[in-house]
Amino acid sequence: MAYSEKVIDHFNNPRNVGTLDKASDQVGTGLVGAPECGDVMRLQIEVDNDGKIADAKFKTFGCGSAIASSSLATEWLKGKSVDDALAIDNMEIVEELALPPVKIHCSVLAEDAIKAAINDYRVKQGLEPIEQEKSIVH
Amino acid sequence: MKLPIYLDNNATTKVDPRVFETMTPFFLETFGNAASRNHSFGWSAEEAVDYAREQIAKLIGANEKEIIFTSGATESNNLALKGVFEMYARKGNHIITAATEHKAVLDACAHLEKQGAEVTYLPVQGNGMIDLEVLKSSIKDNTILVSIMYGNNELGVLQQIQEIGAMCKENGVLFHSDATQAVGKIPVDVIKDNIDLMSFTAHKMYGPKGVGALYVRRKNPRVKVTAQLDGGGHERGMRSGTLNVPGIVGFGRACEIAIAEMDKDAAHTSRLRDKLETELLKLEESYLNGNKDSRLPHTTNISFKHVEGEGLMIGIKDIAVSSGSACTSASLEPSYVLKSLGLDDELAHSSLRFGLSRFSTEEEVDFTIKTVTEAVNKLRDMSPLWEMFKEGIDLKTIEWTDH
Repeated sequence: MAYSEKVIDHFNNPRNVGTLDKASDQVGTGLVGAPECGDVMRLQIEVDNDGKIADAKFKTFGCGSAIASSSLATEWLKGKSVDDALAIDNMEIVEELALPPVKIHCSVLAEDAIKAAINDYRVKQGLEPIEQEKSIVH
Repeated sequence: MKLPIYLDNNATTKVDPRVFETMTPFFLETFGNAASRNHSFGWSAEEAVDYAREQIAKLIGANEKEIIFTSGATESNNLALKGVFEMYARKGNHIITAATEHKAVLDACAHLEKQGAEVTYLPVQGNGMIDLEVLKSSIKDNTILVSIMYGNNELGVLQQIQEIGAMCKENGVLFHSDATQAVGKIPVDVIKDNIDLMSFTAHKMYGPKGVGALYVRRKNPRVKVTAQLDGGGHERGMRSGTLNVPGIVGFGRACEIAIAEMDKDAAHTSRLRDKLETELLKLEESYLNGNKDSRLPHTTNISFKHVEGEGLMIGIKDIAVSSGSACTSASLEPSYVLKSLGLDDELAHSSLRFGLSRFSTEEEVDFTIKTVTEAVNKLRDMSPLWEMFKEGIDLKTIEWTDH
């Protein structure tokens, strides 16, 4: 299967690979997927005092589309408010990266990772986690 | 050195230029139908087919009358299993095969189960080998056929074919072997190995695609299979259809070259394979899959823990290999062969198969070592699993989301 140019670009030049301090109250960490499914994403956000995402980092075990989806997600997250970040939909990632149908689960995983990171941050701030719709099981 | 580099020779091989050259006149000049008995075009084609039949039989220690031409190993496997099941229905309905067989065998067995066959799928040990004691105890009164592959396509693991053949003979059970990966690469002798039926194909041994053979023993015992295609009754009534004359001629030539050059090829590919393997296994947390002491000379299968195989393949895009990862498949299931060795899913997702050929060069192998090493390191820097592993976190203790 051929990958789109955008996927290849994110794969070769991943944005924001790294680790934030998961112990910090300002940092939310989302770890989704499972090794036996062939993809695991860890996405982290650092939120400033105004509720804006000042930094975002990822690490992903997975195929090119999974790496590209998480790399793109961190790019989109930076500078967004937490509320705006919650609105990111996996289909936007699919469109941006021109993912084929068999790779849609990679974008779902990225959306799940964003939501999981935000919830982790919310819980640390003493807020209720946001109820998530169960994503499609593959 | 030309890029990309081809190291997927268990999938298919390049046609040897000598084979190609032998084939060309059979498209443009000697294009007759080998079954045309009444003119010189037909006679020449038949003569060429007969000669190829001898070349092919010689490579496997058979008589030329025992070679049935097919379209490839998938068809040969189907003909062997379904043909024996139908032909020997009165004798029994039990077939024994193994979990690591090729899909052509496993799916043919599944088909036969719907027709009333009883199939035993033998498990394999951690190194990919069948336990002969388990095989022995699986043979029953109604067993008609044992089908065990010679060399595994994903791992290169060679089964104890001679011992299995002898065991089948002793018990009066027919023995079929899918020898697609082995013929032309290592000495295969149907007499010594006590093989009754054997599937193999030209395109894994520097011949053309679209032509294969089923060896069907004629003596001790005389074996017959029920034809699966109705038609002109070609190939002793076991496989109808106009013969692929250029393909067969190429197949024959490929076998002739294999007889002459097998030792040289095996020495060449195993030396390069061993170099590649030794260097890649120097990477931390990399593991060899399959039995190191009993395998094909040109194949190696390595798992690089905490790196996903498909992602790794993009990282080494100038090198053509295969992965046990099946990220693109709807089920997201990794290789069933690796899983049947008892590998956990993550390691199965992290595997690459390298297959060398007589055309592989030292320079290509050096480039591959360097490229794979760099890509594994780069992807590990990007892998959350690697980071956790380095922090000493046991990944088994983490509650993963049921993605």
